[in-house]
Order: sequence, then C-alpha cells, then structure tokens
Amino acid sequence: MGLLDSLALGFAVAVSLQNLAYCLAGVVVGTLIGVLPGIGPLATISMLLPLTFGVSPVSALIMLAGIYYGAQYGSSTTAILVNLPGETSSVVTCIDGYQMARQGRAGPALAIAAIGSFVAGTFGTLLVALFGPPLAQLALAFGSPEYFSLMLMGLVAAAVLSQGDVAKSLAMVVLGLLLGIVGNDLSSGLPRFTFGIRELTDGIGFVVVAVGVFALGEILANLAAPEQQRVLARVSGSIFPSRRDLRDALAPILRGSGIGAFFGVLPGTGPAIASFASYMLEKRLARDPSRFGHGAIEGVAAPEAANNADAQCKFIPMLTLGLPASGVMALMLGALTMQGIQPGPEVMSQRPELFWGLVASMWIGNLMLVVLNLPLVGVWAWLLRVPYRLLFPAIMVFSGIGVYSLSNSAFDVYLAAGFGLVGFALMKLGFPMPPMLLGFVLGPMMEDNLRRSLLMGRGDPSLLVKRPISLAFLVASVLILLLALVPAINRRRARLSG
Amino acid sequence: MKAALLRSKDFWSGLLLIAVGVLAVAVASGYPFGTMTRVGAGFFPIVLGVLLVLFGLYILVRGLAAAEPIEAGWSPRALVLLPASLALFGFLVDRAGLVPALAVLIVGSAAASRQFDLAEVALLALVLIAFAAAVFVWGLGLPYALLVGL
Repeated sequence: MGLLDSLALGFAVAVSLQNLAYCLAGVVVGTLIGVLPGIGPLATISMLLPLTFGVSPVSALIMLAGIYYGAQYGSSTTAILVNLPGETSSVVTCIDGYQMARQGRAGPALAIAAIGSFVAGTFGTLLVALFGPPLAQLALAFGSPEYFSLMLMGLVAAAVLSQGDVAKSLAMVVLGLLLGIVGNDLSSGLPRFTFGIRELTDGIGFVVVAVGVFALGEILANLAAPEQQRVLARVSGSIFPSRRDLRDALAPILRGSGIGAFFGVLPGTGPAIASFASYMLEKRLARDPSRFGHGAIEGVAAPEAANNADAQCKFIPMLTLGLPASGVMALMLGALTMQGIQPGPEVMSQRPELFWGLVASMWIGNLMLVVLNLPLVGVWAWLLRVPYRLLFPAIMVFSGIGVYSLSNSAFDVYLAAGFGLVGFALMKLGFPMPPMLLGFVLGPMMEDNLRRSLLMGRGDPSLLVKRPISLAFLVASVLILLLALVPAINRRRARLSG
Repeated sequence: MKAALLRSKDFWSGLLLIAVGVLAVAVASGYPFGTMTRVGAGFFPIVLGVLLVLFGLYILVRGLAAAEPIEAGWSPRALVLLPASLALFGFLVDRAGLVPALAVLIVGSAAASRQFDLAEVALLALVLIAFAAAVFVWGLGLPYALLVGL
C-alpha cells in the first residue's frame, strides 16, 4: 500500500462522525487541562483511560492523543496570559509571551503560538506517516534478543535524558520493572510479590499506579506549596498577527519544528527540552539577541513549534516498535494492551486503520485546535479564574471513578491511594516519576524477551551480543550511560531542572 | 552533621532503595531460580533487587558526602485527608452508592485545602455529583447504583 492510499484510508477512518467526535472531545479536554496549571496530560489520560474501554481501539487512541497534543496548545495560553506555564512544555514561552502580552500584544502572541503549533503538528504528523512504515518494516525482523536490547536502550535513554538526577531516574526504572512483575509469573504461573493478597495475582493495574502517582501525588505536592496569585493579562486589540509578525515568525517556526522532531524521537526528553533548545538557537541566530526576554515574537514561535513537533514525533517509536519514549506514551501503550492489541511493528500491517486513522486524526485535531484556541481564547482565559481549591476535588472525583471502573474493585482504589502517598514521598526525595511508569509498563515484556533470548541461546547470554542489531542497541545503551558522565551535559541538565 | 544527615534527600533515598532491594531479593529467593537456559521466576526479580541495592548504596554514599536537605512544604492535613477520602470512596461505592461515596470524596478532599468554605464546597459537590451521575451513569452506562437501597 502506498503512502497516499494509506493516508486516504486514515482520513476515511478519522472523518467518521464517531471519530471526529472523539477527536473533538480529546482536544477540548486537552486544551482545558493544558490551560489549567496543576493538572497535566499524564494525570488526565490516566483518569480517563478506563472510560475508553467501551469504545473501539482507534477511537480511544484518537481521543487520548487529542488530550495529549491539545494540552500543548492550551498551556501556551496560560504561559502568555499569566506568565505561568500551563504545562512544563511552555516554560520557555512565558519569557517572551508574557512580555508581548504586557505590551498589549497578547493577541498576536497567542495567534503565533497556535499557528506555530499547527505548522509543527502538520510537520510532525507527516514525519510519523513517512518514517513509521519503514521503521515498522525494519522491526518486523526483530526477535527476542533485539527486543530485549531495544527496551534496555529505551529505558536507559529515558532515564539519562530526562530531567532530574540520573542515578535516581535509573533507580526508578528498576523499581518500575519490579512493580511490573507483581502478580502471576507469565511462564510458570507462580504468584510473585503478591503477599497472599488475591487481588494482586493479576498484577497491579498501570492505571492504578498512574492515577495514584500523577493525579493524587501531584495534588499532594500542589497543596503543600502555597497557591500562586494569578494576574491575568488582558487580550485587547486584534488577535491577528501583522504581516511583519508572520514574516519574523516563519523561519523560527520551521526551525523549531525540526528541533522538536529531533528531540521527539529520543526517549526521555520531554517537550521542555525541545522548546528550550529551540529558544536558545533562535537567540543565538538573532541579529539583535537583546530583544529576547522583552517580547520577541521568535521566542514564542520557535518553542511552541518545537514542543508540538516533539509531542507528535513521540508517537513514532511507540506505534512502530512498541517502545514508549515518555510517560504519556507509556499510558498510550497500556491503553493499546488493555484493548487487547499487542503493541509492536505488527500493529501497522495487521491494524492499518489504527495507525493511519490516528495519524490522520492528529492532523485534523491540530486544525480543530487552531479554531478552538484563537476565537475562544476568552473562554479559556476565563477558566483561569477557577481557583485550585475547586479544581482538585474534581480531579479526585475523576480519579476515583476512573480507578474504580477498571474492574469495579475497591482494592484498586485503596492501592491508588497508597501509590499517591508513595509517589509524593518519592517526589519529595527527588525521584522523577515518569521513568518508573516506563519501567512498569515494559517490565513483563522485558523479562519475557530476556527469557526467550536465553532459551534461544541455550543458556548462553552471548546471543545478545552476537546478533548485530541487538549488539547495536546494547552499545548505544552503554554510550548513553557514558553520556551521563560527561560534566558539560550534567551542568546543562542541572540548569534545566533548576 | 547528624541533624543535616537526617534531613538529607540522598541519605533517605539511598536507605529506601536498599530496603526495597533487600526485600525484593529476600522474597524472590523463595522462587525457583531456574537454569541459564530455562530461567525461573526468581531470576529477574533478584537481578532487579540487587540493582536497586547498588543504586541505593551509591546514592547513600553520595548523600553522606554532600547532604542536600529535603525541601520544606508539607501539608499533613492533605496527606491524611486525600488518600483517606479516596479510599473511603472505594469502600462506599458499592456499599452505599455513588452519590454518598462521591459526597464523602468531594467534601473530604476539599477539607484538605486551607481555604475551606462549607457553602462553596456544598455547591461544588452538588455540581460534580450531578455531572458524574449524568456522564458516567446515564451517559457511559457504568453499572453503579446512585444510592443503594433506593
């Protein structure tokens, strides 16, 4: 099937009334939680995931993806109007976006952020369509040794490249892997780490962990900090950017898209890193760098393009290799598994409607977002007046119902409450949480592939280094680990997370 | 020195990892280890447990050298009220019904905030319960009784 046929199939799937509705629902919810600080896509997707079991896998994925990239659009609104990032992806946008708003140019800033995100989203979607199929083709040849080494590389990269302490990130990956094997052993049926609790024999649900850590844990962290006063900048005058604004923003948007796409396929690098890198590049390229920090439109255009391209390209390894490159992708992978779909390269050949439908819907969703964000910016700005004390009980309601509806079990809810406390304690100790979720989702698959590899090699683990592709992944893992020891990178990481 | 250590992030992080790692190895050593060809149920968890202990030791030693204190900012109220009201919600859904369970969850959670206003919270509870009933029970058809015994 050629690219055009595939895209045609994708659009046919995506424009069905049902899928358009799920896409719209996803991007509206995404914008909403993107605008609101204190709740992000990780918590939202984990809470709403159980409610998508009833719908078809492609509709579920379309909606969940919409929440994810919709949040990138929404968060720029908050960054520009309140000087607070709605999500971490818009930290950099605050710098020049808020200055533009203070100069009475909130409208053009919002418009450029939306246009930049749309261009980058289109670019990212195109990349997924172009590089997805050959990558999946390549991965079809992978056996267990290759998968084991690939997962190892993905986890190491996610831990090393993510923000935060490397040793602690790696430790969280290991803890996640350990939590992932709780329950009956896949090959012998022996219950492991269940401590005689019947409810644990099927393992811990990943929604339980994700809601506990990302929804409840975040609320606990937010309530411990004093509530920030929000001063809203007014949107006055024309929303439309001038011709000069557009000309100034064009090249930064394109460069930002490229940088975002590059960081997007790397595991572990969050959208904050992509937007930060593109901001630094624009500042370096600018004829007059002193304008940055005082309302330079490039400082809004480039990072917003970068974070959206990053968000779209994160789908490439997840959809083609079954390798989640971020916490949100781990949730998507879990959603697929719970729908009874084995993630991996076969998804594209066996369920083309799933892959192409999602790709097409991402482009449609980006279009919806531009329409939603610009004329309706007043509505979103009004939402910012909702104080956190009214918001977090609502999050608790969704968390409770989401977890309970998994299998109508009170035990799951108790477990989620426990994970909330554990997550809060770990965050206080400086442990990053997304690496744990990655390990958790990949744990059982990794163990299974390791066992098969050893069986294939008749007990000789050297099979892992004798197969060239597997060896390449292992070498890459070691190189990435060495990268973590380079002092210059450590300094930059420290600056980024500080 | 001693007081600084007791507030050190890395000190407690290291101890925690070592404890979890030791527990994992202790429990998993009761599972069949298997052979290198047919790896048993104990192999993977033991490897992971050992890795956790090693990371724990590294972080602990690092914490002894330079103690970075745990940041202040605790809300003991929230730490008790939020998990408790969530657990209570789970306990009450099928015993009392969705409406009372949600009422407990919403009021219990809201009480964790420093600016608790009963009238405001009552209104919030009404809106959220109506929304949840409309969307989840009537809209998505989740099989929960609004009020048990009704």
